[in-house]
Amino acid sequence: MPTASAKVTIVNRLGLHARPAMEFVDMANAHQSAITVKREEQSVDGKSIMMMMLLAATQGTELEIIAEGDDAEKAVEALRALVAGGFNED
Amino acid sequence: MRLTDLVAAGAIIPLLRSQDRDGAVVEMIDALAGVGAVPPKHREEFIARVLEREKRGSTGFGRGVAVPHVKHKSVKTMSVAIGLSQAGIDFAALDKQPVYTIFLLVSPEDQPEDHLRAMEVIFKNLSKDTFRRFLRQAASADDVRSLLEESDGLQIGP
Repeated sequence: MPTASAKVTIVNRLGLHARPAMEFVDMANAHQSAITVKREEQSVDGKSIMMMMLLAATQGTELEIIAEGDDAEKAVEALRALVAGGFNED
Repeated sequence: MRLTDLVAAGAIIPLLRSQDRDGAVVEMIDALAGVGAVPPKHREEFIARVLEREKRGSTGFGRGVAVPHVKHKSVKTMSVAIGLSQAGIDFAALDKQPVYTIFLLVSPEDQPEDHLRAMEVIFKNLSKDTFRRFLRQAASADDVRSLLEESDGLQIGP
């Protein structure tokens, strides 16, 4: 099973609040790969909004995005770009 | 941060009168205004902002719960109101199921870290099946308060 991963830092001022978390989950769900998001020792399902909110990822937090599946590489790149782009917030 | 610190005393509504989303939000903002967590003169603005937020994307995140929220410069400390519905409310939830448990959070405008921690605490508790089930059976504000205390007690760490 192909896997891919990337580290990315939350750059938008408000952090991973509900709206960007939802965008992340939507994009994760648009891919077939299983998505895991890690913050230090904490690992959550990147396709679940409830789980993503548990990360409480503030501005400056480093996350690791891990995908497992046929479109793993595409999924990781799309999600990395979304986070690195600050979800189009300031 | 614990649920019992976040939930405003006097803003627990064990039986919402409203059967629709907008009415429930009004009841809950009024409860927060009643205990001073929302300045009464901004009541309507809070209601409008919460509803506007819901229209852009529902905070009914599934499993029968919704977490509407608003940041406002007049808020000094974060507060949560809890509203329970027996019949279930259409919140345009992601899983298209009715919502029975609503946690409405008001936060100051300039403390995004605290807001995220509060959301984490709320979701950590609401993701527990037993907590959600017992909340649905709670018949009084005192019942809800004991459930919050019990759930807080089960948390490990700060």
